[in-house]
Amino acid sequence: MPRSSKIFRYVSKRLLQGIPIIIAIIVINFFLLNLAEGDAVDVLAGEAGSATPEYMEQLRKKFGLDQPLPVQLAVYLKNVLVLDLGYSFRHEMAVQDLIFDRFAATALLMTSTIILAVGFGILLGLMAAMRLNTWKDAVITVFALITYATPLFWVGLMMIVVFSLYLGWFPTSGMENVAAFYEGWDKVVDIAHHLVLPTITLSLFYLALYTRMMRASMLEQYGQDYVVTARAKGLTERRITFVHVLRNALLPVVTMAGVQVGALIGGSVIVESVFAWPGLGMLAFESLFARDLNLLLGIFLLSSILVVLVNLIVDIIYCFLDPRIDVE
Amino acid sequence: MADFWTRYRRNRAAVLGLGILLTILIMAATAHLFYPEDPFRLVGRPLSGPLENGFLLGSDSLGRDVASGIVHGAKTSLLIGLIATLVSIFIGIFFGAFAGYFGGRIDDLLMRITEIFQTIPSFIFAILLVAIMKPSIVSIVIAIAVVSWPGVARLVRGEFLSLKNREFVQACHTLGMSDLRVMMKEILPNCLSPIIVIGSLMVATAILIESGLAFLGLGDPNIMSWGFQIGAGRTMLRSAWWVCTFPGVAILITVLAINLIGEGLNDALNPRLKERQ
Repeated sequence: MPRSSKIFRYVSKRLLQGIPIIIAIIVINFFLLNLAEGDAVDVLAGEAGSATPEYMEQLRKKFGLDQPLPVQLAVYLKNVLVLDLGYSFRHEMAVQDLIFDRFAATALLMTSTIILAVGFGILLGLMAAMRLNTWKDAVITVFALITYATPLFWVGLMMIVVFSLYLGWFPTSGMENVAAFYEGWDKVVDIAHHLVLPTITLSLFYLALYTRMMRASMLEQYGQDYVVTARAKGLTERRITFVHVLRNALLPVVTMAGVQVGALIGGSVIVESVFAWPGLGMLAFESLFARDLNLLLGIFLLSSILVVLVNLIVDIIYCFLDPRIDVE
Repeated sequence: MADFWTRYRRNRAAVLGLGILLTILIMAATAHLFYPEDPFRLVGRPLSGPLENGFLLGSDSLGRDVASGIVHGAKTSLLIGLIATLVSIFIGIFFGAFAGYFGGRIDDLLMRITEIFQTIPSFIFAILLVAIMKPSIVSIVIAIAVVSWPGVARLVRGEFLSLKNREFVQACHTLGMSDLRVMMKEILPNCLSPIIVIGSLMVATAILIESGLAFLGLGDPNIMSWGFQIGAGRTMLRSAWWVCTFPGVAILITVLAINLIGEGLNDALNPRLKERQ
């Protein structure tokens, strides 16, 4: 069988494997919803101020909350599959619409973070591996140790103290200067200006992680037989490093970037609430204060599905990057 | 034991980490001697800077002593970190041991469950669990444990897989020992080293998660913690930088010390664990 059709079969197999995980996550979501004190009707009654028990009973019937649990679960599954995630009583909007509104901001923050962390991580790791046991090597190790130990929200706050309040280089919060009514290019520059501090804050930890991984991966590849062969052929060290070793050393870093997406979403909740970045993380933070459980569950569900999808995409990229991967 | 200490001592950074952690432990244990007042009490002029009005590290917007909060908060962080880690190691051993020992369908089922918990974005899951159970020490410990056990389960499973066909285990079977006894009395003690190493690193992660939850307002409202101090001080960042800064330094130093100890333990016990998760 040609490799392309093998890859196709592998991809569809991985897709099928993702489905039970997503269903399991939806079921967990449903039980969490039921675990919480009070149901949607209690919330509605609370919002209205007062409601008679008869009226609440009627509402429960209307929402199907008087049905046995398995029936409710089936209804919930069906709703999620048609992307109906319920209603947020605080925002007076459907949860899926709210999430959709805020998704772009989070996507922007995460993309810039991944580019910064992976890009610089690869660069720094490469430098460290090429100049072993010099002071640069030591600096990278210490930097990694410290970023592993620093809470993300604290880094963000210290960034604000130094770069916004003391130096005045960057805005303290938000995504754009709403009062300025920028258009076109000015608007892009304005958003980029607001993006700098949140991106640096969120990427520091991953930068340290990828730098260390890249360094270790490069050193491992230098010890391989093909490097000896390349040297024996008389290739220059520069060519060996950049053409042969680098390409192989990148593979584990790509995998790691995929694995870390879940943690990155968690980190964006913190960073967005520190910098008031109007994305999903900020929405989650707001829903905590408003005790808007439906919304929080919706964000949780969507971010879980996102992780499953990203892992799938990384797996697919991986089997194109590395022809040795067994796709049987 | 003496042998262990000789090997541990070779890692200078790990010795430093141990020294720092012991200092923090003593600080936490003697908190009531130096600051007998409740750390939530308003004890002086609000927003005093460090070394002003008798405050070593300043006071917050309500006049609470930042230094007192840090000393009392140390207890919270260390206690939650330790208990949550113990609980998640317990869950992880349960899943990993059964999956690795019995293999087959049990392995498939347990590892599928582990995989699901590993896929779920852990911090958001922890937020959700605490929000649903209402913030308290117990709910925070449960939330941290629930999101941290999959790593332990995978580690323990790997150890059980490699140990279950060894001669000493076969000898136990021949003696007619029950499966449970072989698992807990014979195999488990042989994989304690990597569990101790991963556990020490997990305490550090648990402290970071706890501080993140408290920062978002999901801490136990009756107990002082570092994350709470930072969360409460963030609105005053412009006029009182010290309220947020010092508790953060406390978290940084504590987590760093525990990570260094973890690496030292790794060197000393020399298990197969090379990279932290």
